[in-house]
Amino acid sequence: MSTLKFTQDHEWLRREDDGSITVGITDYAQEQLGDIVYVELPEADAAVAAGTQVVVIESVKAVGEINMPVAGRIVAVNDRLADAPELVNGAPLGDGWLLRIEADDAADLDAFMDEAAYQDYVAGL
Amino acid sequence: MNDAVAGRSTALEALHRELGARLVPFAGYAMPLQYDGGIRQEHLHTRRAAGLFDVSHMGQITIEGDLDALETLVPGDIAGLGLWRQRYSLLTNADGGIRDDLMITRLPGRLFVVANAAFKHDDLAHLVAGLGAACRVSLAEDRALLALQGPAAAAVLGALEPEVATLPFMSARECRLAGRTCLVNRCGYTGEDGFEIALDAADAEGLARRLLADERVAPVGLGARDSLRLEAGLCLSGTDIDATTTPIAADLAWTVARKYRDGSAAARFPGAEVVLDQLTHGTPRVRVGLAPSGRVPLRAGTELVDTAGRVVGTVTSGSFGASVGHPVAMGYVERACARPGTRLEVAIRERRHEVEIHALPFVPHRYYRG
Repeated sequence: MSTLKFTQDHEWLRREDDGSITVGITDYAQEQLGDIVYVELPEADAAVAAGTQVVVIESVKAVGEINMPVAGRIVAVNDRLADAPELVNGAPLGDGWLLRIEADDAADLDAFMDEAAYQDYVAGL
Repeated sequence: MNDAVAGRSTALEALHRELGARLVPFAGYAMPLQYDGGIRQEHLHTRRAAGLFDVSHMGQITIEGDLDALETLVPGDIAGLGLWRQRYSLLTNADGGIRDDLMITRLPGRLFVVANAAFKHDDLAHLVAGLGAACRVSLAEDRALLALQGPAAAAVLGALEPEVATLPFMSARECRLAGRTCLVNRCGYTGEDGFEIALDAADAEGLARRLLADERVAPVGLGARDSLRLEAGLCLSGTDIDATTTPIAADLAWTVARKYRDGSAAARFPGAEVVLDQLTHGTPRVRVGLAPSGRVPLRAGTELVDTAGRVVGTVTSGSFGASVGHPVAMGYVERACARPGTRLEVAIRERRHEVEIHALPFVPHRYYRG
């Protein structure tokens, strides 16, 4: 498994062996949201610009919006979340992943934080 | 998360922080939204064992003097309220709308009124103005209010004072709990058996710690308090009931005293003629329970449309019903659409979702019936 990258919006990105990028939210983000009760996912196989809202995560008391971290195509979404949104709480970096994308330019990932930088970032919040 | 939260604190703020509370501003107070376990777990714990809630932000109002004069402000029967008995009632406006909801207990020589935190100062001013010289009305600033709710509540409190275990539902007694003088009401706002305990603010932390020492008791925040009361079909003042909704529209006709309904006494509360007319003729919209067929949470303000696309109602509050396992909500719909099982739709972020009118409460009440 290759290394994780992190955005300031508390998303994680992981490059898979086939070149696709899996996207989810961090443990910090799920903790902030609290008990997640609904995840609204986009259609797969859609081209999306960076910064476009693609996922809405609702907890009992809050609504979180997830934006496309880099320009690309959504190639898969985690359908299990329709019936089991609590997976995002229980395993945000595992079974609670949100979507898989193909980036238009893989170099776009280089701008994001590595794990150590992200931990520093969270510690400063 | 325990940064300073603007607002007044209750007597339990230090304990809340120690217990890992996430404090949020609510009605001018820093209040616990949830503790470490999270809203869902606190909700389920309350229905399974016992939850301890700090509701000290609520107003504790004392009325002395001509107590029956309160009938000029509320639709409930105050003259017929027995000593140590408690009643849920409403402050109405001239249009029959609801200013606030209240719990009223008759104590020796006075009425003890619990009002919502957000409206307690308005309520106080309204009571003072409405009751005039007939009564002396005061809002306590040095009192705390704890709620112990859930099927284990009676056993937990009974271990401190056996007599409270058989206290009838909606009645009160004064007693000492762990050496502290308390006014205990058998009531609550979760749909479960339980108690509300009023006591001096200085005594609150000691009693709270004593109750939390019982392994059946867990601290529960306002997040679960909201989802519990929603599942129990209970209204949140200012949200599900307000100045534009009458007791009849709110499906609270039972709060109108029988003596007014059968005409044996003349009603004197504000808006009585509107409310009594609606008792006979109904209202255009009525409060109902709502459940989406899927998992999308319904939020306040969302419009409800019928299958023809016509707007027929609005959601007033919604949350996730942890005990029923699906989102639960309340709202107002046109009378023709109010029958349980009626299918409506909502549009949320441009997607359509099916919603069904659901009978209230979503979970059966489990009040103590002796």
